[in-house]
Amino acid sequence: MRIIKSQKIRAAVSALCVKANLFLQPDILALLKAAQKKEKSKRAQEILASIIKNAAYARQNKLAICQDTGMPIVFLQIGQDVRIAGSLAAAVNQGVADGYRQASLRNSIIQDPLARGKSGFTPAVIHTEIIAGNKIKITVLPKGFGCENKTQLKMFKPTAGIAEIKKFILDAVKSAGPDACPPYVVGVGIGGTADYACLLAKKALLGKTSTKLEADLLKEINKLNIGPMGLGGKTTALAVKVKTYPTHIAGLPVCVNISCHATRSASRVI
Amino acid sequence: MKDFHDLKIGQQIKFSGTVYTARDQAHKRLVSAIKANKKIPFDLKGAIIYYCGPTKTPKGKVIGACGPTTSSRMDEFAPILLRQGVSAMIGKGNRSPEVVKAVKQYRGIYFLTYAGCGALLAKCVKAKKLIAYADLGPEAIYKLEVKDFPLIVGIDAKGRNIYGKN
Repeated sequence: MRIIKSQKIRAAVSALCVKANLFLQPDILALLKAAQKKEKSKRAQEILASIIKNAAYARQNKLAICQDTGMPIVFLQIGQDVRIAGSLAAAVNQGVADGYRQASLRNSIIQDPLARGKSGFTPAVIHTEIIAGNKIKITVLPKGFGCENKTQLKMFKPTAGIAEIKKFILDAVKSAGPDACPPYVVGVGIGGTADYACLLAKKALLGKTSTKLEADLLKEINKLNIGPMGLGGKTTALAVKVKTYPTHIAGLPVCVNISCHATRSASRVI
Repeated sequence: MKDFHDLKIGQQIKFSGTVYTARDQAHKRLVSAIKANKKIPFDLKGAIIYYCGPTKTPKGKVIGACGPTTSSRMDEFAPILLRQGVSAMIGKGNRSPEVVKAVKQYRGIYFLTYAGCGALLAKCVKAKKLIAYADLGPEAIYKLEVKDFPLIVGIDAKGRNIYGKN
């Protein structure tokens, strides 16, 4: 048994909120640079160059990469041999507020989705998972709503073929079109239940790509000619990432979560 | 803004002058004020509306990251503001056929600016002043003085749309 004080979690969450919002991840930057080389159109090249310049400017001047600093989503993978001293949820939310305040990020969260009202930094959306070991892995994913608004869920019949599923994913990207800051990272969740497919799609954004399905989808998406800012080009998506989970004999849930060209996140193990 | 009328879709310009930030809730309030014949917090005639909700302003800076938000959420309000004399809108993404029609009818213009480049765009903002709806926080209306703000014509005064027919 290892005791971790909630204050340690608060400090880590705070630092991760700042890191995710100010520093573009190196793998995303590499994908943007590779895309810039592939583009033939001058406009697409120019837009990608601006996005790359924006990341450098944000880093140097300690500014947020994007004014939409998102709804903070915090994933906690907690080792089962850990005991947390203090309130976990309070520590996470205080950490978010600390980080967002410190880096002058945006207070985009309203307390009542219907009454709306004054906005603040918290609460975060918190996902916990119990894993083996005596550590906690914390991941912060600030999700902007320009792209979150383009999420789509479909409950397919269990007899649906892969072609139908691919078409649904492509249509989701088409319907996001120029609106959600392409080139996108496309997260896909397949299986589980309706809610779980949505979580898988979100988690997929954090993962690596490795399958033929992902490579095929990326190729087809990049034929759509949506391109950077939706003004045409070879780069409609930077990556497609699919996560699957067992499901029920009667169904086949598929969720597509679109993420913008910044796809911000940061992780730490404590 | 007479000189906007000659611009064509796809054309890139650098704009220096005044823009007003307004997004979802500010649009809702402006339009209900117009409908109720109430006072509008700034002169809409000739005004340029920027769909933007900046971050908090870091110490020592004029503004935080301040890129465009998705324009289509303002589609139901835009024709009413264009009718009141708004000369231009700045945002990201496509607009509804109704907005395209209204841009043509009232000889307005819709500009795109670099989406997801909020840090870089902050460089172009030289002054920021709160105008109205302070309780809306990032969604309040701010008057921004910008210099060399990069714009791409999305819908021109002739009603042509860079994203094609929709």
